[in-house]
Amino acid sequence: MSSDWPLWEVFVRAKGGLAHRHVGSVHAPDQELALRHARDTYTRRLEGVSLWVVKSTDIVASDPEEAGPLFEPAEDKIYRHPTFYDIPDEVKHI
Amino acid sequence: MYTTELSKNVQPIETPEDPALLEAFEARVAADEFIEPKDWMPEAYRKTLVRQISQHAHSEIVGMLPEGNWITRAPSLRRKAILLAKVQDEAGHGLYLYCAAETLGTSREEMIEALHSGKAKYSTIFNYPTLTWADIGAIGWLVDGAAIMNQVPLQRTSYGPYARAMVRVCKEESFHQRQGYEIMIALANGTAAQKRMAQDALNRWWWPSLMMFGPPDDNSPNTERSMRWRIKRETNDELRQKFVDITKPQADFLGLTVPDPELKWNDEKGGHDFGEVDWDEFYAVVRGEGPVAKERITARREAWENNTWVREAAAAHAAKKQAREAA
Repeated sequence: MSSDWPLWEVFVRAKGGLAHRHVGSVHAPDQELALRHARDTYTRRLEGVSLWVVKSTDIVASDPEEAGPLFEPAEDKIYRHPTFYDIPDEVKHI
Repeated sequence: MYTTELSKNVQPIETPEDPALLEAFEARVAADEFIEPKDWMPEAYRKTLVRQISQHAHSEIVGMLPEGNWITRAPSLRRKAILLAKVQDEAGHGLYLYCAAETLGTSREEMIEALHSGKAKYSTIFNYPTLTWADIGAIGWLVDGAAIMNQVPLQRTSYGPYARAMVRVCKEESFHQRQGYEIMIALANGTAAQKRMAQDALNRWWWPSLMMFGPPDDNSPNTERSMRWRIKRETNDELRQKFVDITKPQADFLGLTVPDPELKWNDEKGGHDFGEVDWDEFYAVVRGEGPVAKERITARREAWENNTWVREAAAAHAAKKQAREAA
């Protein structure tokens, strides 16, 4: 059993208007130190205006083995895409 | 060096794998797809990466030591602030890389123990002493220069978390090299004594920098497979040649002489010819016989042990807070 501090995933918002993006992880004993470590490790050069830290064990991820059944059905539903529909050229702004 | 097998006696990792899975994996890698932590991968791929990434992380961490001991002696406030920022970056690089290695199922604790017990290797370059201020210039220019040469192709390495860590590292590394070269410019244009100091630093750091690319290709047994799996994208000798070709004109600009009488331009090959690296010295340093190898690992262990109380206090504080919230 490892005595490492828990692992936290770090997300940075690069600037207002953009979503937070995953950048890496840090070890920390609690959320306050996780934020401080994330700040020191991932934002030394104006990389962001906001930070999220989430305990790695709290993230639920899909299984890569199931990527097929999960994501492939979208491929045969091409009618979800605008290019599926034939509209005569003379019709504008559609 | 970072991408190089440092232990000569590493057992080849051969585990039987499901041929269908292996074939699918090889095809993905050959198509330049990235492999992510939860994807299936051959055991040998996982182990090679853990070894390479942790070795790379250790190099960043140990790399703080030769420079850290110059922070208080840097000749101006400007140089102190710069060096402090550089050393902090090296710590950051170590942390990005430890995180990337952890996605492969190893723990931070295991890696740090392997470093402190001497089981894990790190770049041989850090087992040479930093004797004068010019060494800090030469390290930034040559050692970080060689590291960049090694790391740029790794931004396209097949393992996603490693590649992403490298993108980050490469973005930050360029400042390291430029601040070093700027120190060299100042010394090369200074007094006769300062210029001698710059030349002396180049004399001592040139060959160890060429060693950073690892043994010659014909003596690098794992290169072939690492290239096929896109863990490595260019061979040791290719990178070493590039480094020499780029660095020689930079030395000329400084008015300094590269300490290799065989170094000369070869029109036919479109690159420089250069002398043979002393591989006996290289393997001796890998075995831990570098001039300051013991000092480095002792300093590293002491830093870890002397700061135990900080880790314990932080853990105790977290536990107390949690208990209070639960109550």
